[in-house]
Amino acid sequence: MADPLYSICDLKLSLPDMARKPLFGPAPKIEILKGLSFELPRNAITGIVGESGSGKSTLGRAMVRLLEPTHGSISFDGDDLTHLTESALKPYRRDLQMIFQDPMSSLNPRRTIADIIAAPLRQYGLVDNLPQQIAQALDRVGLPQSFASRYRHELSGGQRQRVGIARALALSPKFVLADEIVSGLDVSTQAQILALLDQLCRQMGLTIAFISHDLSVIRRLCEQVIVLRSGEIVEMGNTSDVFDAPRHDYTRELIAAIPLPEPDTHWLDMETVG
Amino acid sequence: MTPCLTITNLSATLPGGARVLRDVSLDVNPGEVRALVGESGAGKSMIGKAILGVLPSSVRQVSGEIFLDGQDLGALSASKRRILVGANVALIPQDPLTALNPSRRIGSQMTDQLIKILGWNSAKAYTRIRQLLDEVQIRDRERVLRSYPHELSGGMRQRVLIATAFAAEPKLIVADEPTTALDVTVQKQILRLIATMQRQHATAILFVTHDLGVVAKISQQVTVLYGGMIIEQAGVSDLFADPQHAYTRALLRATPRYNDPDARVEPVQPDVLAGLQNELAANDHAWEKHLG
Repeated sequence: MADPLYSICDLKLSLPDMARKPLFGPAPKIEILKGLSFELPRNAITGIVGESGSGKSTLGRAMVRLLEPTHGSISFDGDDLTHLTESALKPYRRDLQMIFQDPMSSLNPRRTIADIIAAPLRQYGLVDNLPQQIAQALDRVGLPQSFASRYRHELSGGQRQRVGIARALALSPKFVLADEIVSGLDVSTQAQILALLDQLCRQMGLTIAFISHDLSVIRRLCEQVIVLRSGEIVEMGNTSDVFDAPRHDYTRELIAAIPLPEPDTHWLDMETVG
Repeated sequence: MTPCLTITNLSATLPGGARVLRDVSLDVNPGEVRALVGESGAGKSMIGKAILGVLPSSVRQVSGEIFLDGQDLGALSASKRRILVGANVALIPQDPLTALNPSRRIGSQMTDQLIKILGWNSAKAYTRIRQLLDEVQIRDRERVLRSYPHELSGGMRQRVLIATAFAAEPKLIVADEPTTALDVTVQKQILRLIATMQRQHATAILFVTHDLGVVAKISQQVTVLYGGMIIEQAGVSDLFADPQHAYTRALLRATPRYNDPDARVEPVQPDVLAGLQNELAANDHAWEKHLG
């Protein structure tokens, strides 16, 4: 791949296994990511799909360096982020933004929407024309200007998720990690948010990693897809190739398990593989 | 054939008079799965709660009747109603972890209904749930019976609750988004399990979901709801082949399909929403007239 934004090589990551922690002493480590290698193309949305426990969120958190890998390397835009300290990471933080699954818990209930969107700008001292920047951020995600003075509880689920997106994009980052950002939304709202992400990716030249368990959503939104299972990459490639001709049984099983909105009395009787 | 469940003109209000259910009427025939589908706020879970008699304390049923096997629940005293509903209606909840008591073993929770409502003795109740655990394909059932909820996986917990729901041979099961929290492969196993059990036991199910894909696969009859109002009711093949209401069509267009990536996935359009608001307003008007 020519000039990828991310080059990830043999990434391994272990976390303490709290379920097996003895009463005293440290918890034993469990390997969550077992040697992942892949590249993330620029200006595109890459889907990361897998079931619970597959390590997709851990992978996302390692990519934005909220977690430190135990092995391997993460190269972002040509720079090695693998073992940088928090202070050394600071210049990169503005380019590594996140949108969260649940906007209700990721937006501060005591702050106005304007304050929430301005927080990353203030953090980086970009306070010139702040009201104008906030207005632009609201406009970008299709929220009316009157929302600037509101609080999160005054907004619907879809509007809250738009605020989360506006905050992530306030610093015009190079990379955005979107972790299950539509799974709590109604289908109609989900359709709106997907269209918005698609449009913003193209307008702002964003690179987005879109973590989801929903293959129909991935198929609709992402150019590339990475299928994870128990911390290993099962399959990756162009979304259309993976869906039209899945090479791995697990991918086939995942696709076959999606209930399509078409009545079919035999679907439930079909055995799943494995 | 007497429907297993009949609801006529059910309305429920919040304090202040706003209605969360508006003149809902529907039937579920014995051995049939009826899906209640809609977005959040559609009132789909509220219908199940009204049947079970567990409406939130702020919500009041202000009109309508609920008949279980021809018996008017409103005509019964609270204690008689509890016994009738307790013996004939079961719930499969969305989140098995909150539905199970974390400090009690699975076995003692599974036998609660049999012992406390039906008055069975402990030995008979345990024989029955062992049989049900076999039916839901739990292999190491003795370990499961001794386990606490946190020791089981999400799929296992949902199997336990399905077994519990069928244990007393209820006439009706209210399944409230039972697969929403599960992975797709586990969801498929659980849906298949519910369908198999439902056929074997000839149980009627009211299946609450927001997922039109799940509706298409599990149900025979479908009720589409919006804002507490019934938008459309039809057999499942008719509904998907020829949806009558603009909102049903809009919901179908908003659902992405992996097998049709080029289809436009679009949100419910403003004109459809405006139409729905008009219908709600007309419904409110009729309601005020009815109240006089």
